[in-house]
Amino acid sequence: MNRTIVWLSAQSLFGRRRFLLLLILPAALVALAVTVRALAGTDVGYEEIVVGLGLGIALPLVALLATSSVLGPEIDDGSIVYLLAKPVSRRVVAMSKYVVALGATVVFGALPLLALGFITAPDRGAETFAWLVGGLLAAAAYSGLFLALSAITRHAVVAGLLFVFFWEGLLGNLLVGIRWVSVGAWSRQVAATLEDTIDLPIGVGTAYALIAGLLVAAGGVWFTGQRLRSFSMRGET
Amino acid sequence: MSILELTSASRWYGNVVAVNDITMQIGPGVTGLLGPNGAGKSTLIAMMSGFLAPSAGTATLDGATIWQNTDVFRKIGLVPEREVSFGYLTGRQFVEANASLHKLPDPKSAAAQAIEVVEMADSAARRIGTYSKGMRQRIKIASALVHDPGVLLLDEPFNGVDPRQRVQLMSLLQRMGAEGRTVLFSSHILEEVEQVARQIEVMVSGRHAASGDFGAIRRLMTDRPDRFVVVSSDDRALAAGLMVEPSVQAVALRPRGGVDVEVSDFGSFAARLPMVARDAGIRLTEVAPTDESLESVFSYLVAS
Repeated sequence: MNRTIVWLSAQSLFGRRRFLLLLILPAALVALAVTVRALAGTDVGYEEIVVGLGLGIALPLVALLATSSVLGPEIDDGSIVYLLAKPVSRRVVAMSKYVVALGATVVFGALPLLALGFITAPDRGAETFAWLVGGLLAAAAYSGLFLALSAITRHAVVAGLLFVFFWEGLLGNLLVGIRWVSVGAWSRQVAATLEDTIDLPIGVGTAYALIAGLLVAAGGVWFTGQRLRSFSMRGET
Repeated sequence: MSILELTSASRWYGNVVAVNDITMQIGPGVTGLLGPNGAGKSTLIAMMSGFLAPSAGTATLDGATIWQNTDVFRKIGLVPEREVSFGYLTGRQFVEANASLHKLPDPKSAAAQAIEVVEMADSAARRIGTYSKGMRQRIKIASALVHDPGVLLLDEPFNGVDPRQRVQLMSLLQRMGAEGRTVLFSSHILEEVEQVARQIEVMVSGRHAASGDFGAIRRLMTDRPDRFVVVSSDDRALAAGLMVEPSVQAVALRPRGGVDVEVSDFGSFAARLPMVARDAGIRLTEVAPTDESLESVFSYLVAS
């Protein structure tokens, strides 16, 4: 990891208006949780808000926004050449970008699960904590996956949205086999392992979920490093 | 003292050949890479800076392969044509970040020195987003100089720079060359190149059209036959009069008026044309070159 690249990436993420987008999602969910709690009392809509919206939608979207912000624009406009024209391993560049994206995903995607859980059902603390751990695994895997997407295509956001909503959301609900290749399913497996009250009809096994999640995270960083090693500046003239 | 070397280097994209079989050696001093837009200059600089793999042939720095070798950046300072998009950083932050990425022992003072060299000290505390094109160009150069590289590669460094800054940049490049650094810059403007570089490499349509001292290249360019169109009160009589002149190689009447004249010696032609017209009682209304575009100059070079 390179501190300067971490600093530059953090600047590019937090130094621009894009940062507000990262804030909007968790803030909207917290506002929703507070409203539900005020109108319907505690323990209402816990699964829908924490798992359905928080873990299932907001967290991957935050990961997608964060990863595409730390890498996508620099590759698109070619200005990443200023970072790459240095005696710094491209894998270190990829790792540094990953660390910033992961940090943002944890702060704005995973940690809000705690707030959502405690607002909607304060007495389900153990369950909320389990969802947080599942969320951390999801944050690690989504960040790796989406970072690699940003390194492959300038349409990384569209590809990421398709993965989250079409692959994991729509197909994941229709075809049980999708759970083997679904970051969301792995995170639910980890949460269910930690807390018995979480009901998971068909799981993938804790070991598989952990290994698959970490492999996707590590593989994403490695692949991004490989792409950066071969980064080409296509001459216009 | 570093040597950049391309050996039979080609680069193609599918069926499109961007540069074709280039062999050139760039040594200490300032070298100008001259060619019209689309000639392959940026492609060549990308290969020399490790941002493009040659499809065939090799690109080396002091014998070491450049592609996928991040160590070469200890010696290379690159000023790409692309804009700096770190508009949210101040000029100083940007140059210091570059110094830190080079792991310099004292990034702050190295950055301050580089900023001083490009005369940006007064504006270094401002965000890059507020800079003019010329200032961005200079801050890019400061970031490339910050580690005191032996090789400096600049892609169209004078684009968008105002005349005063252009003069400053030119003298900076000359100074760097005189210090024994290997400086290569690209441009599509002959006058720009010959003010800075003694050695010129000419690219045309992806080919290495000419190489050598600027005087030799200039002679090659000026020795070519020039073409003019002359419009007069009696084109046919003028054409007959001009054909007798030794400096004129060919004349042709234009259907809608005017005479196309191909000239081998511009100096003699310029002196003789008014005399021929006066002696024949012809009034000249227009004399204009027809092929002064850089492309036509380059095409001539390729053909020769």
